Amino acid sequence: MAWFRKRKNKHGAGEGLDENLWVVCPDCKTHVHRDEWFAAPKVCPKCVFHDRLTARERLDITLDPGTFREFNPEISTSDPLLFTDGKESYFTKAEAAKGRTGLNEAVVTGSGKLDDQTVTVAVMDFRFLGGSLGSGTGEKILLAADYALRHRRPFIVFSASGGARMHEGIVSLMQMAKTCAGIARLHKEGIPYISVLTDPTTGGVSASFAMAGDIHIAEPRALIGFAGRRVIEQTIRQKLPPGFQTAEYLLEHGFIDLIAHRRDMRNCLSRILRYWKR
Amino acid sequence: MDPQKDFDQELKDIEAKIAELKLLAKDDSVRFGTEIAQLEKEKADLETSLYANLSPWQIVQIARHPQRPLLRDYIEGIFSEFIELHGDRRFGDDAGLIGGLATIEDRRAVLIGHQKGRTVEDNVKMNFGMANPEGYRKALRLMKLAEKFRLPVISFIDTPGAYPGLDAEARGQAEAIAANLAAMASLEVPIIVIVTGEGGSGGALGIGMGDSVLMLAYAVYSVISPEGCASILWRDGAKAPEAAAALKITAASLLEMGVVDDIVPEPLGGAHRDPQQTLANVKDALIKRLKKHARFSPKKLVETRYEKYADIGRWKNWW
Repeated sequence: MAWFRKRKNKHGAGEGLDENLWVVCPDCKTHVHRDEWFAAPKVCPKCVFHDRLTARERLDITLDPGTFREFNPEISTSDPLLFTDGKESYFTKAEAAKGRTGLNEAVVTGSGKLDDQTVTVAVMDFRFLGGSLGSGTGEKILLAADYALRHRRPFIVFSASGGARMHEGIVSLMQMAKTCAGIARLHKEGIPYISVLTDPTTGGVSASFAMAGDIHIAEPRALIGFAGRRVIEQTIRQKLPPGFQTAEYLLEHGFIDLIAHRRDMRNCLSRILRYWKR
Repeated sequence: MDPQKDFDQELKDIEAKIAELKLLAKDDSVRFGTEIAQLEKEKADLETSLYANLSPWQIVQIARHPQRPLLRDYIEGIFSEFIELHGDRRFGDDAGLIGGLATIEDRRAVLIGHQKGRTVEDNVKMNFGMANPEGYRKALRLMKLAEKFRLPVISFIDTPGAYPGLDAEARGQAEAIAANLAAMASLEVPIIVIVTGEGGSGGALGIGMGDSVLMLAYAVYSVISPEGCASILWRDGAKAPEAAAALKITAASLLEMGVVDDIVPEPLGGAHRDPQQTLANVKDALIKRLKKHARFSPKKLVETRYEKYADIGRWKNWW
């Protein structure tokens, strides 16, 4: 909710607008009543903008209340390169992210019930270093996939990531291979793997487990793609068309099975899972 | 121009002078003989001091050297036969990522690899070795063919990265690479990978999962180009030398981190200084690895490969 705080700073305390009552849609700038905003949740009723959710918020709206059991919350970031960019070390950056989010890594994994069906889930949290795929992230996703395999439970991953975590160098790149090795086993053993692509899912995450699902579901207007806009524009030396790399664009080009509004997501997943004969 | 880029300019100058003197020496060997010998010694000393402590950024320059052997050189020099197979049967044929049936000594295999060109014309056609989705899908088709024919896969990696273009996105660059990773994880024949030049991120990994991953001594392999990393984290592309060092992208670093299994030696100063020797080294290394993995059952191969990748970045491995 960084944008929310930002707005507070901008307007200051004496603005007269009740800061706690209204939320401004980051996209269309409509004032939305707080209750309405969080009921959706975090979806603008006017322009259907889907604001990013934290991993906890996602779990809350996806699983049956009180059924979530987290795996390996202790798994945290590793610093194989002892990386520093001259100003700040990766270690410091990671510690700050941990303090800010209360998470140890960019993904929360576990088991729970979705409409009374037991599922294994992995939910990425963009607030944690841009949801980047580090060794801890990859390890947690692989362990969750392994759990889904052993217990023959469907695996659902909600992606939200800028891609590989460059501070972990080649080890980060190899997490693409590692997570896909886990997914490949699910494919071989006939365990459903549903990939839900939320805003944003790009780079090394889109080019690995997020695009290797049996079924790909996206949230409306989520940014999904391989290369960054700026890189593409510099490469081809032309402006990109509007709507490029959105969920709708990918649907049109055949890489997404369907787009589901956030309020329908849980129901959508539940209905799909009922088609699996265990 | 970056002064580091031509760090071996002094050496090139001496070499040019020696060549010049040798021409003259044809007419007057007595006069030039000692001078040549003197220069040869200077050259040897310079080589040793120059190449003994290369910085990662200098190694990047060697990995990208215009005279460095390319895939076609390896195919011509190492394989007795190569039948190129074209197309992904979906969209088109990518000249930047090629493949086919290949014979190395008495062993048959499926070969795939990034293809860079040496001329501007070739590089336009081959996209400087930056593959499009159809390239990755062709590679996938050929790997499946290898599985059906029970042939090992040999994959040559030399790419700045997967092509970041509008059409590549429209045709699903991300999905193409993702599909390859899942397929390579479960392919029931040996996969031998060798990084010969640039290992550029997902574009390299898209044909880069293997039972053995080898790297030439002056090749580099990175999650992001040093220039890209510098422009993001240092907010200055000119800091690429710093980024190259911080990212630990050299063969020695990758071997230490367990990402590559062996380093294939190169002549002092780089493959371009003695391509024939490089080709011979690569050939030996490939044959050794083909022999090694031929012994295992398909099931054992896939299991071992899974464990290998599951182990990279294992929690608490680093501490």
